[in-house]
Amino acid sequence: MNESNREDTHRTIERVARESYGRLVAYLSANTRDLGSAEDALSNALVAALTSWPRDGVPQNPEAWLLTTARHSFINQVRHRQVAEASEPTLLLSREDSAEMTLSPEFPDERLKLLFVCAHPAIDSAIHTPLMLQTVLGLDAARIAHTFLISPATMGQRLVRAKTKIRDGGIQFEVPQERELPQRLDAVLEAIYAAFGIGWDGMAGVDQRGRDLAEEAIWLARVLLQLMPGEAEVRGLLTLMLHCEARRAARRGPDGRYVPLLEQDSQQWSLALIEEAERHLAEASSRGRAGRFQLEAAIQSVHAERARSGRTEWAAIALFYEQLIRISPTLGTRTGYAAALGEAYGPEAGLAALDGIDPENVSAYQPYWAVRAHLLQRLGKTSEAANSFDRAIGLAEDPAVRQFLLQRRG
Amino acid sequence: MQFALLIYHSPAEFGMRKNDYNDPHLGAWRAYYKALVEAGVYVGANALEVPETGTTVRLKEGKRSVQDGPFADTKEQLAGFIILELPTVDAALEWAARCPGAAIGAVEVRPLAPEAMRRGFTG
Repeated sequence: MNESNREDTHRTIERVARESYGRLVAYLSANTRDLGSAEDALSNALVAALTSWPRDGVPQNPEAWLLTTARHSFINQVRHRQVAEASEPTLLLSREDSAEMTLSPEFPDERLKLLFVCAHPAIDSAIHTPLMLQTVLGLDAARIAHTFLISPATMGQRLVRAKTKIRDGGIQFEVPQERELPQRLDAVLEAIYAAFGIGWDGMAGVDQRGRDLAEEAIWLARVLLQLMPGEAEVRGLLTLMLHCEARRAARRGPDGRYVPLLEQDSQQWSLALIEEAERHLAEASSRGRAGRFQLEAAIQSVHAERARSGRTEWAAIALFYEQLIRISPTLGTRTGYAAALGEAYGPEAGLAALDGIDPENVSAYQPYWAVRAHLLQRLGKTSEAANSFDRAIGLAEDPAVRQFLLQRRG
Repeated sequence: MQFALLIYHSPAEFGMRKNDYNDPHLGAWRAYYKALVEAGVYVGANALEVPETGTTVRLKEGKRSVQDGPFADTKEQLAGFIILELPTVDAALEWAARCPGAAIGAVEVRPLAPEAMRRGFTG
C-alpha cells in the first residue's frame, strides 16, 4: 500500500473513531455500566484497526468491525476482572456473550442514556462535562484538563473516580422518567454549555475558558437534538451556541486585538450559522415553553438582528434578561441585565442594577467589573472608572482582553 | 492553605523591563495585585532583579564555590513570586491563569510546606 493510501486509511480511522466513539462506548457499557473497560476495549480495537486496515483495506462497515473487535477485548477484560474478584458468577454480558459475534450494522444508539449517566446527580457536577467529553467524544484527559484548568493527573483521577462510581454505585443506564426529566435534562444541557465556554461575548472582558471545545459542544448538542428532537431547550442551547459561533471571525481584529460585540463588524458574521440558529429558535418557540437557554438564545438573536437592521434593540434585550433572572438569577445574568439597562436607559440605570448585587459575590467576577468600569466611564467618573477597570484587568485571563481594557482605561 | 505562584520569564521578557512606572505593561501587574488584595487572597509578593545579577554560592567538601549568574542554566528564569491564601489548588490555578506572567512566560503553582513544618524552622 502506498503512502497516500495509508494516509487515507488513517484519516478514515480518525473519522470513524470521532463519529462512532460515543455510540460504541455507550453500547458496550449500557449493560455492564463499566465505562472504563468499554473505553479500553475501544482503544484496543482502534489500535487493531491501525494495523489491519492499512493492510487488508477498510472494512465494508467500519463501525461494526470496531464494535466486534472491541467486544472481544471487552468480554475478555470483564471476565478477567470478574474471575479476579470472584464475584458475580454469572456474567452481566448475556447479550454480548452470544457466540455469534458477527454484527448487523444496526445496533441501538445508547448515547442518550450515556449523556444522562454522565450528568447524573450522584456524580459531582464539576465532572459532568469532562465525563461527557471523554465518553461521548473520546477526548483524552490531558486535553480536557487544559480547558478546565486542572492538572492532567488530577483530571485523570477525577474521571476514573466518577467511572468507578457509575460502575459500582448502581447508577442506571436509562433515560429518566417524565417526572424527573426536566431537572436531569438541565444538568445535561449545563454540561454541554460548560464545554462551550460561558459568556462568550456578552460584554467587554469575557471569560474565555472552554472556547477550544466550542465545536465539540455544538456536536454534542446536535447529537442530543437528534436523540430528543421534541425538547425546546435542546434547540435553545443549540441556537445560543450557533449564534456565538457565527461571530467567531469578527471577535478578533487582524492583529489579534479583542473586539467587543458592539464594535464587531456584522458583515463578518456567518449568515449561514445565524440562519440555522434562527430556524432552531423558531421551532423551539413554536412549542411554547420558554426556558433558560431559549431566553439566552433570544438575547443573542436580538444581537444578530444588527446584521440586518444596523442597530441593537437594547430594550428587548433587557426584557429577555428580566425573564431570565426569574428563572436563573446567576451573577452572569444579573451583570448582563445591568449592561443591557445601561445601553437602553442610560448608565445610571445600569449602575443601579449592579449595586443590587451583593459585593461579596463579585470580588473575583471579571465581567461585573468590566461593565461597571464602562458605565462609570460613560458618566465621566474617571477615577472610579479607573478603579473598576483595574479590577477587571486584574481578573482578566485573556491577554487580548487585558490589553483592550488597559487601553479603555487610558 | 497557602500557595506560591512562582513566576518565570524568558530573557526577552526580562529585556522588556523598563524603569518607567507608567509603562502599560506594569498596569496589568498593578491591576492584578489590586484584584488579589480586593478578593482577600493576597498574602505577600515580590519581584526579583534580572537573573544576570544573581550570584550562586555552594560549599563543596568544605570549599567555597562562587559562580556568576543564577543557579539553574535554563531559558526561563524565576522573576518573582506571589503567596496566596486559598481553599484549593483549583482556585490557585485560576489565579495563576489570570496572572499577567502566565501569558508571557510560565507560572508554577506550588503549595507552601505544611504549617507545622514551616513553624519547625521559624521556631
